[in-house]
Amino acid sequence: MEPESIYRIENLRKEYNARVVVDIERLNIRAGEILAIVGPSGAGKSTLLRLLNFLEVPTTGQIVYRDYVFDSQAPLDIRRQVTTVFQRPVLLRASVQENVAYGLRLRGERMDERVGDMLARVGLASLARVSATKLSGGEMQRVALARALVIAPTVLLLDEPTANLDPYNVGLIEEIVREQNRTRGTTVVLVTHNVFQAKRLAHRVGLMLAGCLIEVNTASAFFDSPADPRTAAFVRGEMVY
Amino acid sequence: MDEITHGFFQAIHLILSADPALFEIVWLSLRVSGIALLLSTTLGVPMGAALGLARVWARGLITAFLYTGMGLPPVVVGLFVYLMLSRSGPFGALGWLFTPSAMIVAQVIIAFPLVAGLTMAAVQGVDAALRMQVRSLGATRWQELWAVLREARIGVVAAIVAGFGGIISEVGAVMLVGGNIEGKTRVLTTAIVLNTRTGEFALAIALGVILLALAFVANIAMLRLQGRS
Repeated sequence: MEPESIYRIENLRKEYNARVVVDIERLNIRAGEILAIVGPSGAGKSTLLRLLNFLEVPTTGQIVYRDYVFDSQAPLDIRRQVTTVFQRPVLLRASVQENVAYGLRLRGERMDERVGDMLARVGLASLARVSATKLSGGEMQRVALARALVIAPTVLLLDEPTANLDPYNVGLIEEIVREQNRTRGTTVVLVTHNVFQAKRLAHRVGLMLAGCLIEVNTASAFFDSPADPRTAAFVRGEMVY
Repeated sequence: MDEITHGFFQAIHLILSADPALFEIVWLSLRVSGIALLLSTTLGVPMGAALGLARVWARGLITAFLYTGMGLPPVVVGLFVYLMLSRSGPFGALGWLFTPSAMIVAQVIIAFPLVAGLTMAAVQGVDAALRMQVRSLGATRWQELWAVLREARIGVVAAIVAGFGGIISEVGAVMLVGGNIEGKTRVLTTAIVLNTRTGEFALAIALGVILLALAFVANIAMLRLQGRS
């Protein structure tokens, strides 16, 4: 039986000033999977994530999230099921724990033990009361991840979350994402140009080039027996990016 | 030099002796500038935020007007308000000329561009990615606006402080539209002018010291607010 799709994308097109940035004929994202989208810089991966987070409106085509057909303004209850951790964490000028609690506050919820638990999970419990502006890059990204996870999103979108981080932080963040997916069934869409990270984390991997999805396949098929020669070239590192 | 020292001690003496005339002047100064600042903040912060955030029609033109307004000579504002409120002016029927209301109007015109213009600059200085990040976390439009304002708070408080500084120390406009009437529209700055003209330098200095002290205390209060928020 075909797994349930949480997103169904058909003929999705996003243009900026008549320049096509995303042009995807068809993509189904399965509930509970980790889907990695790889590709060179400028391929349209981040734009795709913004579309999936309802932060941008498609020029043409359709994004269906569960039974909701995305038009220009997604309802708040739908928007609040999806969140993104961006490549560059943008933290508020506040303490670490206030940053982590921010999404809860937006929902009218109190800062409670969930914040402390989440900080412990990302290894930042001892820095709870420290100003977020005083953290290192890796710590900031872990705060951003904790802030996204504490609101228990149905879909977690990750836009190059470990770019420019040291191996320790990369490993830590990957483990948290893996655990979140395994234990809570969170659907994860990860955008990266690090094929090794995609191989380590994803159930399925897609290659995006010039706004188009070239191939989407299971991780093993994508890396071991790619259907498209461009995928093979990308995996071999022959494609310049 | 003696006059300055004498003025300083007289200021202390005036404060300690709880001189009712002095307190009336101080109270009126605070009341007029306080109400003017409150109105300027209420109008200027949302307008500055809107100009900084939204794609407002003719934003460039409005910004040019605001920046021009930031450099308005108070005496020109006073002249304009005087003409508007004089008996033959369009708002003469209000009967506000030579009353604290006219002084408040003049001070709002002086402080509003400062508050709005500097708030706009502060909001524009907030990382553009913040808006997308908070929206991604589920913020409504209002929550998004509030998040940006919170991040810009150091600049917004500086805008309010600049507005306050611009009006508490202003003399040209309040002199023209208030008339410096004893017991009715005399404020610290106009009292200083009067005492200087009549050769009461020590008293003028004393009032100047009190004015500076008031501005200092108000700014400390706002800086504390900046830190706490």
